[in-house]
Amino acid sequence: MSEAEKYYEKGILPRATGEIPVPSDAPEICVKMTGVNKWYGQFHVLRDINLEVCTGERIVICGPSGSGKSTMIRCLNRLEEHQEGTTIVNGTVLDDDIKHIDEIRREVGMVFQHFNLFPHLTVLQNLTLAPIWVRKTAKREAEETAMHYLSRVKIPEQADKYPGQLSGGQQQRVAIARALCMKPKIMLFDEPTSALDPEMIKEVLDVMIELAQEGMTMLCVTHEMGFARTVANRVIFMDAGQIVEQNEPEEFFNNPQNERTKLFLSQILSH
Amino acid sequence: MSEFTPIPAREPPASSVGVVGWLRTHLFSSWFNGALTVLILWSLLLIVPPSLQWLLGDASWSGGRSDDCKTDFVSPEDGETYRVDAPGACWTFTKVRFMQIMFGLYFAANPSEVWRPVLMFSLFGGLITPLLIPKFRWKWQLGMFTLLVFPFIAVALVHGEWLGLPVAETNEWGGFMLTFFLAAGGIVLALPIGVVMALGRRSELPIIRSLCVFYIELWRAAPLITILFMASNLLPLFFPSGVDFDKVVRALIAITMFQSAYTAEAIRGGLQAIPKGQDEAASALGMGYWRKTGFITLPQAMKISIPGIVNTFIELFKDTTLVGIIGLHDFLGSAQIAARSPEWKGYDFEAYVYVALIFFMCCFAMSKYSQHLERKLDTGHKER
Ligand SMILES: Nc1ncnc2c1ncn2[C@@H]1O[C@H](COP(=O)(O)OP(=O)(O)O)[C@@H](O)[C@H]1O
Ligand SMILES: [Mg+2]
Repeated sequence: MSEAEKYYEKGILPRATGEIPVPSDAPEICVKMTGVNKWYGQFHVLRDINLEVCTGERIVICGPSGSGKSTMIRCLNRLEEHQEGTTIVNGTVLDDDIKHIDEIRREVGMVFQHFNLFPHLTVLQNLTLAPIWVRKTAKREAEETAMHYLSRVKIPEQADKYPGQLSGGQQQRVAIARALCMKPKIMLFDEPTSALDPEMIKEVLDVMIELAQEGMTMLCVTHEMGFARTVANRVIFMDAGQIVEQNEPEEFFNNPQNERTKLFLSQILSH
Repeated sequence: MSEFTPIPAREPPASSVGVVGWLRTHLFSSWFNGALTVLILWSLLLIVPPSLQWLLGDASWSGGRSDDCKTDFVSPEDGETYRVDAPGACWTFTKVRFMQIMFGLYFAANPSEVWRPVLMFSLFGGLITPLLIPKFRWKWQLGMFTLLVFPFIAVALVHGEWLGLPVAETNEWGGFMLTFFLAAGGIVLALPIGVVMALGRRSELPIIRSLCVFYIELWRAAPLITILFMASNLLPLFFPSGVDFDKVVRALIAITMFQSAYTAEAIRGGLQAIPKGQDEAASALGMGYWRKTGFITLPQAMKISIPGIVNTFIELFKDTTLVGIIGLHDFLGSAQIAARSPEWKGYDFEAYVYVALIFFMCCFAMSKYSQHLERKLDTGHKER
């Protein structure tokens, strides 16, 4: 049983009963991958990926280790380069044009498994650096925004500390706030709770749930199936560089179509 | 439900602490280590007291002529009295030749100008002392001032031309002062070149990368002494005859090239130690190469490489003695020359011991500082 699952069982983490509405009246597509293929040298890591994500959707991506989950979401902000196919993010085609890349990166926030905070800067500096130098926000305004998001992740009192002085859970919340300070339209999460001690997972998931409730478009690689059930409106299963199956969470967990999905689910849900 | 009661903390066993415990674990942990301890203590007993006797106990300090370091000796054979060397060190020599050994010939010959190098060194001391105070607030600004402005003040003071003082030509510079100028100048000039080369070596553009690799490997492959030779003998061939290129500047260029290669490697080591995630996080926030480098990777890499840079600097500081080969009278050279003057012939040993002691003091201080930095950066805000 996953950690979050235990919390749901004990009633610590509220089961948000799924139904966070997706704005459905005019589904606006904000991520579109068409026929994306990627190789690491000879290794074919992403194979014919087709994916459409609408604004306000919350997508959980799961799958065995090495199946290409990280690679796929990293292709969305050009931390990795794909060789075939087209990717459109927020109406911008992701190609070699550095302007397009910058444009996309400004609108797409990312949270990493190992937080990747800047250890030589204080929490506040971590949060204001990019807004000041990339978004060209005035320093005072950037600091106000930073404090706003620090309060949102419930650690405004840590603003002047260095990341190394915080716990893992606090660091990951700072990392989320840092991404939010750029006012992104889409948030990517790459196993945000996998490097955390069990007692800290909840505080990070709480922040992510709140974010979802506010209508943020989220693509989330995670194995927290409880989180997937409550927050996601779509779960994607990947294996061997392909999207094997995707469905609404209820259907996905209760009625998986593919044998591979069934095996994977039985492996992660059995213990 | 039973309550949890922690077991109270107890003292460690007596045999593992205290003087006896320390002696047992550190000096006599086995019969072999015990024997080594005894052997080393015994040799120290043989070496240290006579050395101290020579250095301090029997040493001559007073007077101003070599005769003050001599003593009467009545020969048992013919009963006559001879003047022979006293059994201890002759510090009268280093005292009399202090100006020459520390500041070179010009200032030894013009005692009224000695205040210039003295002021220069005092300023330097005044600038770096606050840098050693951990909680000093303007460290960064002061460091930049020392790096960027102080060199000009130092040259202006010692050379004198810019300030309308009597000019001390560089070919008359010498002693510890020259060593200081070459070593400090070398590191200050090598630092920016080193940064550029280190970044270039990690560039994704093959041409820039190969150029930087070539530069670094070229200077690292050649011994400093060859580079100095080339700077002194080959460089003038590239200039029209008659253009007399300052010898000290030539040595400084050679030293800078040499040092920049090592600085670059130290910084590259620092850059490589920065986790890839740092760069990725900055990219994901929309920062381009220069912002990533300037705000994220380089500051962290510099911090990590400070101990390494200090170490190469210690090496450079000692290596500057090689400029003797191109006819500059650095610290060691000046001491040697002083010990070859007719008056003080035969006091080479004192000269060497004196130079060695001062080199040791400087290098030891720098090495301690670098260790201190290493410890400080180690416990600092590192990523988990
Ligand atoms: N930089 C790289 N070079 C070569 N192979 C890589 C690289 N990064 C990842 N891979 C390989 O690509 C596959 C997919 O990796 P990844 O997307 O990280 O998987 P996941 O996130 O699903 O665990 C893995 O087999 C991994 O070994
Ligand atoms: Mg991964």
